[in-house]
Amino acid sequence: MLYDFAIIGAGVTGTAIARELSKYKVSAIVIEKLSDVACETSKANSGIIHAGYDAPSGSWKAKMNVRSNPLYDDICKELYIPFRRLGSLVVALAGQGTDYIEELYQHGVERDIPVEIIKELSQIKKMEPNITDDVEVVLHAPTAGVISPFTLAIALAENANINGVEFVFNAPVQAIENMGKFFIVDTPGKSFQARAIINASGLFADEISRMAGDESFKITPRKGEYILLDKMGDYVRKVLFPVPTKKSKGILVSPTVDGNVFLGPNARDQDSKLDNSTSLHGLDEVIEGGRKLIPRIPLVESITNFAGLRAVSSTNDFIIGESKVTPKLFQAAGIQSPGLSSCLGIAEEVVDAVKASGIELKLKENFNPTREKPIVFAELPWSERDALAQWNKQFGHIICRCETVTEGEIVQAIRRPVGARTVDGVKFRTRVGMGRCQGGFCTPRVIKILARELGVEEDEIVKREPSTKYFFGETKEFRQPRAASVNGSEVARP
Amino acid sequence: MMQKETDVAVIGGGPAGLAAAIEANKGGCSVTIIERDDGLGGILQQCIHPGFGLHEFKEELAGPEYAQRYIDMLGETKVDVMLGTMVLDMTPKKEILAINEQGVVKVQAKAIVLAMGCRERTRGAIKIPGYRPTGVYTAGTAQRFVNIEGFMPGTRYVILGSGDIGMIMARRLTWEGAKVEAVVEIMSYPSGLIRNKVQCLDDFGIPLYLSHTVVRVHGKDRVTGITIARVDENWKMVPGTEIFFSCDTLLLSVGLIPENEVSRKAGIRLARTNGPEVNQFLQTNVEGVFACGNVLQVHDLVDNVAIEAKRAGAMAAMYATGIRLPSINSPDAVPLVAGRGIGYVLPIKVNTGVDLALASRIGPVNVSLRVKRPVDDVYVRVKNGAKEVYKKFFKHLRPSEMVIFELSAAALNAIDKAQPIEAYLEPKPAKELSEAKVA
Repeated sequence: MLYDFAIIGAGVTGTAIARELSKYKVSAIVIEKLSDVACETSKANSGIIHAGYDAPSGSWKAKMNVRSNPLYDDICKELYIPFRRLGSLVVALAGQGTDYIEELYQHGVERDIPVEIIKELSQIKKMEPNITDDVEVVLHAPTAGVISPFTLAIALAENANINGVEFVFNAPVQAIENMGKFFIVDTPGKSFQARAIINASGLFADEISRMAGDESFKITPRKGEYILLDKMGDYVRKVLFPVPTKKSKGILVSPTVDGNVFLGPNARDQDSKLDNSTSLHGLDEVIEGGRKLIPRIPLVESITNFAGLRAVSSTNDFIIGESKVTPKLFQAAGIQSPGLSSCLGIAEEVVDAVKASGIELKLKENFNPTREKPIVFAELPWSERDALAQWNKQFGHIICRCETVTEGEIVQAIRRPVGARTVDGVKFRTRVGMGRCQGGFCTPRVIKILARELGVEEDEIVKREPSTKYFFGETKEFRQPRAASVNGSEVARP
Repeated sequence: MMQKETDVAVIGGGPAGLAAAIEANKGGCSVTIIERDDGLGGILQQCIHPGFGLHEFKEELAGPEYAQRYIDMLGETKVDVMLGTMVLDMTPKKEILAINEQGVVKVQAKAIVLAMGCRERTRGAIKIPGYRPTGVYTAGTAQRFVNIEGFMPGTRYVILGSGDIGMIMARRLTWEGAKVEAVVEIMSYPSGLIRNKVQCLDDFGIPLYLSHTVVRVHGKDRVTGITIARVDENWKMVPGTEIFFSCDTLLLSVGLIPENEVSRKAGIRLARTNGPEVNQFLQTNVEGVFACGNVLQVHDLVDNVAIEAKRAGAMAAMYATGIRLPSINSPDAVPLVAGRGIGYVLPIKVNTGVDLALASRIGPVNVSLRVKRPVDDVYVRVKNGAKEVYKKFFKHLRPSEMVIFELSAAALNAIDKAQPIEAYLEPKPAKELSEAKVA
């Protein structure tokens, strides 16, 4: 089949573009290297929808952020994505001066973003009771919000799929042949033909672009490490940014949309696009940074730590639009912060570029802007929980006790469009295993449900990619030589 | 919505819940056990190793055998059991809201026994850096995989933490043909029972690295190796002491935390141990709500869980039949504090001036404590002001071994409520020790 569009990458950018294109009468496929949507940069970031005052004036970053921020309310309603406009505070400490705050304030005014400068300590403390006493002045931006980046990508992908966009996973692009009228995109299992390519491949956007003949930019990974704390009520109420120093853009402290609190990220450029490991040094840096804003932040509540890689382009800005070298190659590259805040605008901009290139796009009459509302047991009142369990007993069976997730929700996540095929897929759709026990209790149970629903054996179930299996066979068939031969030593066995 | 009334509701059908329910039933009460799993017995069902019930049954039973003894005893009572039922909410008025496959269940109880057990600490709680591959499991999850589901989670293991489950799993996995490269413990002494160190590690030649911890998890998709390093007395890594183990699995046995999410919803105050604050009647600050087993304090031996749970069951039955037990909130409740060398001590408070008839009916009070670090040749002393309440000599004390002793009703009645009661360690004077040696 010859597709109109091959979208490479199923992060928030790729899925937003897929959903935007699905409003038109086109055929499109999203080709993703990893096992699910939002598996790389879109999975591990701050989850913040920035107000838009931060990026330099005139940059794509500023334009896209400002354009996208107001779009989130409607789309989150349409697609049932939890989103909370908590507001943000940029926190200048004693001795840091007010220049930076004033510069951002000016940006806000110029860009028509609601911002205010607050100097009164009592007023600041009222907004953020646990903030450091060292605070001197803050910039308050009420339109900043928090969202779950993977929920956003999942919802966009589902909706795109309902409207006809296909998805293929575990399909790393190995080569792109430009045939003039169309491209051939090779992956290990299969090749795909498309009239146009949309490059939304994050960290690997430079390599994909090069395969398609455009070597005009380079992507450098920049690691950011995070520590995630348990749900702590309103201990932290707003997204808190420090004033950046020469060394670091600064460690934030913020609630997540689900009510957890995170500290991070630090920022370190590296060569590897694969190394998303955390380090002792990095985590200490995150803790030190977080404590500057919330000095008594209870780190005993830590439930996990992780790192994500930002895709920093050699232009230090987003690269959006048709390639100047390869016609019909459309770039959505270098999408680092504020990429999550900008992806809806980027999708519109890419579609505009497609139209400008001479490709005719006709709106569908029957575009469905919504998706089936996911059932979230934990958020329902008792009467509805009761009715739900009586309608389907799987909704009376709690699988994840920390996050109160039922078997019914897991089955639903597997059976939905672009459904979960892995344990992480279930986790990112339902919050199974995201609580304080980090899957200790529910993982064996989730594996069982996945195996049953997918019609495979339990030891075929993986966490993410095929190389992330859980088991090495069954106990009774487990053979001694496999273990003993590794270092040649005897393994005691009665 | 199903509605139900019961004299005593027991949340959790593990060893504590079973013992409490049977005892409450003996007290003449209608009793309901609410259990989230599909069967009774709790974590014992996956503990297929022997060593349970030595004190209570004078036999060495496997976990499921021990559980079955209680399940059989329960079968002879009229205790109502609700399986597959998860308690999600509880009020100070002792109304419980739970869910099961039939729908929401509302249980109105006169008294409640909390017996929800505990959960394992995770990687995130102890800040292990590195990748996030498959192959990092808590020891209990691995135990479930091997003993219940019948799958091998790995072939070569490093185990962090010398807790009992970790050591028992080291032996279990070795029996299944896997190789356990090392057990790594951040403390300078094993954190589990000595008998487990001997029977599960030493007997199998599994090395135990004390004062070491995991400093890096290698492998992006699946664990490919673990780096450990020595730590100094402040638990900071000593550079240059790193050891790399090639392996595919890391097990964590780094501690257990009482599971009190539901307790919090009813406004139950928690102590530093994460268990509810209780007085000698095992009653929490919410009157009529009692706690026992690992939800109160993490035990080493199931026999001690049973003793504690029977007491909680008996107290709940008394409360449900209209006997008001003195409250921990009362001004007559005197704090029992952990002094020098003591990690924690329970109960948190001791009520004085208890009505004599009631006191004699209840009998002596159990005090349990753990020391902070291993010590030899010490007295455990309990004092109320200048008054000696308890004193006993111990040759060895380890944090892994809970110390339990009784305080008589008479001793309690003599307590001066103006002064706290303090439990502390006192080294035996060198003179006495040398005299003892000569003797």
